Amino acid sequence: MESDSIPAGRGAANDLRLEAVTKRFGDFTAVDDLDLAVTRGSFFALLGPSGCGKTTTLRMIAGLEQPTSGRILINGVDVAGVKPYRRPVNTVFQSYALFPHLTIAENVAFGLRRRGVRDVRRQVDEMLELVELRNQAEKKPNQLSGGQQQRVALARALINKPEVLLLDEPLGALDLRLRRQMQLELKEIQSEVGLTFVHVTHDQEEAMTMADTIAVMNRGVIEQMGSPEELYENPRTTFVANFLGHSNLIDAEIVGNTGPHVELNVHGNRISVDRARASVQQGRVWLGVRPEKVCISDASESVAAETNVIDGGTVSDVSFVGVSTQYLVRMPWGQELSVFEQNTGEHRLFARQTAVRLYWKPSHAFVLGHDQDARAGQEELR
Amino acid sequence: MTAARTEASAPRGTARRRRIPVAYWLLLPGAFWLFLFFVIPFYSLLATSLYDPSGGAVSGYRMTWSFANYWHTLSDYVGPLGRSLAYGSIATAMCLLLGYPLAYAIAFKAGRWRNLMLVMVIAPFFTSFLIRTLAWKLILADQGFIVQTMQSLHLLDPGGRLLATPFAVVAGLTYNFIPFMVLPLYAALEKIDGRLLEAAQDLYASPLRAFLKVTLPLSLPGVVAGTLLTFIPAVGDYINAQLLGNTETRMLGNVIQSLFITVGDYPAAASLSMTLMLLIVALVYFYVHRSGTEELL
Repeated sequence: MESDSIPAGRGAANDLRLEAVTKRFGDFTAVDDLDLAVTRGSFFALLGPSGCGKTTTLRMIAGLEQPTSGRILINGVDVAGVKPYRRPVNTVFQSYALFPHLTIAENVAFGLRRRGVRDVRRQVDEMLELVELRNQAEKKPNQLSGGQQQRVALARALINKPEVLLLDEPLGALDLRLRRQMQLELKEIQSEVGLTFVHVTHDQEEAMTMADTIAVMNRGVIEQMGSPEELYENPRTTFVANFLGHSNLIDAEIVGNTGPHVELNVHGNRISVDRARASVQQGRVWLGVRPEKVCISDASESVAAETNVIDGGTVSDVSFVGVSTQYLVRMPWGQELSVFEQNTGEHRLFARQTAVRLYWKPSHAFVLGHDQDARAGQEELR
Repeated sequence: MTAARTEASAPRGTARRRRIPVAYWLLLPGAFWLFLFFVIPFYSLLATSLYDPSGGAVSGYRMTWSFANYWHTLSDYVGPLGRSLAYGSIATAMCLLLGYPLAYAIAFKAGRWRNLMLVMVIAPFFTSFLIRTLAWKLILADQGFIVQTMQSLHLLDPGGRLLATPFAVVAGLTYNFIPFMVLPLYAALEKIDGRLLEAAQDLYASPLRAFLKVTLPLSLPGVVAGTLLTFIPAVGDYINAQLLGNTETRMLGNVIQSLFITVGDYPAAASLSMTLMLLIVALVYFYVHRSGTEELL
C-alpha cells in the first residue's frame, strides 16, 4: 500500500498549494477560484462563518470532494482525482468519526494496518502516550468523554505522519474550558511533531491562539491571509475587521495625501492615519479603529501632539467588566462608538451622559474602501 | 431545614412507589396472553411427549414419564431432522447471500427509490404464504417456462425436473423467508454513519477494505438477527416441503404434522416437536455467543 501513496516531491516546494480551485454544487459556488499556499510544518487556520466554504476546501484537500476546476498540489504533485485513501493526508473529523466497534488502540492502529506497516503495537503505544490515553487503550470509544474521544481522533490521524493533517472544527463539540485546554495541547503537539496542520474553524479566538497563518474565508473566497497580528492590527476588508474582534467603522473622506499620513475629514474632525495602513488613498472611505485602541478622557484633558482627537462624545452606556470597562459613546453625528479601557486606574469611571473626548494614535487606525458593507462579518459573529 | 427536606423527598418517594405497579399493569395483558397461548400449550406439549406411547387418541393416554419416546422418535426420524437442519441452513445462507447486497443497495445506493424498494421487499406479504408457495409450484412445473428453457439450454436433462426436488424446497424456503433477512439487515446498515466510511477512506482503506473493516462488522447485529429470523421458521417449516418437494424431501415439520393429524400418535409428535425446539434453542444460543452479539438475546 505504501507505494500507492504520493512520493515526497524532490525539488518541488514542500508545501500544500491550491491553485484556482473552484467547487460548485449545482448553482451554488461553495469555493470560488481559491489560491492558497501553506508552508510545510506550519499551523494554518481557515477561518470563516459557517457556509463560507472552509469545510468544502478541507474536504477537497482530503479527497472527499472533487474540485470542479483547479489544482491541489501536495509537495508539488497534483492530487486532484487521486482517491482519498491514496493521499498523504489525514483528517480529524468534526464528529471524530471513531469506529464504534473497535477499541481505542485498534482505532489508532487503523491507518497503519491498512498500509501494512510493521510494529504497529509500539507506535500505537507511543501515540497513546503522546495524547495521554495509554490506560484507555482497550476501551471502546463510547466509554470515553468528549475530550478523550477528540484526542483519539487526533492520535488516529497523527500516527500516520501525513504530509498534511486536516482538522475540521475538531474542538467544536467541547465545552469552553476543555476547548481552551485542547487548543494549547494541539498547538503543543503540532510543534512537537512538526507536521503541517490545516485547521478549519469559525472561532476567531481559536484561530488566533493556535495558527501561524490565518486565511479568513467568506462566501467561497479568501478575504485576507496573514499572521494573526497582521490580520487583527491591519485588516484589509470590513469583513475581516468585524469578524476578527470588534471594529468601529466610521464614514470618512480622504482630504490630504502627502507625507507619512493620509488626512481624513471625519464629520468635520481632522484625523490622520499612517499611509501604510490605508488600503485606499482617496475618496470616501471607512475609518476603522479597534475599541481597545481608543482612549477616553474628560473633554478638558490635554493629549499628546500628533494624536487624533474627536470631541463632543457622550457616554451612552457603561459596563464594568473588571479588567476593563466597555463604553458606548454617542458621537455628534449620531453613531455609537465602542471603547474598551483597560482598568489601569489612570482614568476615573465615566458615568452615563458624561461628555467625553476620544483619541487614538495615527498608527492605530486603518482605512478601508467605502464600497464595502460596514456591517459585513458582524451578524455571523454573534 | 430537616423538616423541609423530608417534606421535599416525600412526594418523590410516593411517585417511585406508584411507578412500579403501573409498569406491571401494562405487562399484564401480554403476560396473560402468553400464559394462555404459550405457557399452557408448552406445558401440555411437554406432558404429551412423556405419555405412554401405547395409548391412542380414542382410548386416551396415561402419563408414564416415558422418556424413551424421545429416543425412539429421534432414531426413527433422524433423516427428516437432518433434512430440516440442512434445508434450513442452506436457505438461510441463500437468503444472506441474496439479501445482503439487496439491503446494502437499499440502504446506501437507492436514493429516492429507497421507500419503493422497501415496499417491494414487503409486498409479497400482501398475499398469503400458501398462495405464494403454490405459485412456485407453477413456476417450477415440468411444463413451465423455467424447466423448458433450462432443458433447451441443456442445463437440465430432457426428463429432468425442478419440482419435487430438494432444490425446489430450498428455493421455496429462500423465497418465503428472504424479507425476514432483508429487513433487519437494512435496519442495521441504514444506521451506519456515512462519516465512518469517509474516515476509513481517509485512513488508507480502499472501498473494499472499508466495507470489510467498518460496514460489515457494524452490520453484524443485522446479520445475526436476520439469520435467526430466517433459520428458526425455515427449520420448522413444512409447507414448502409438502408443496414443492416429494416423499424424499420430507422435513421434520412434515413428520410432526402427519403424526399429529393423520396418524394420531400424539406422544411421538410431541416429543419430536420438543426435540426440534431444544435443538434450535441450543443452536441459537451457540451461534449468538460465537458472533459476540449477546445483547440481542
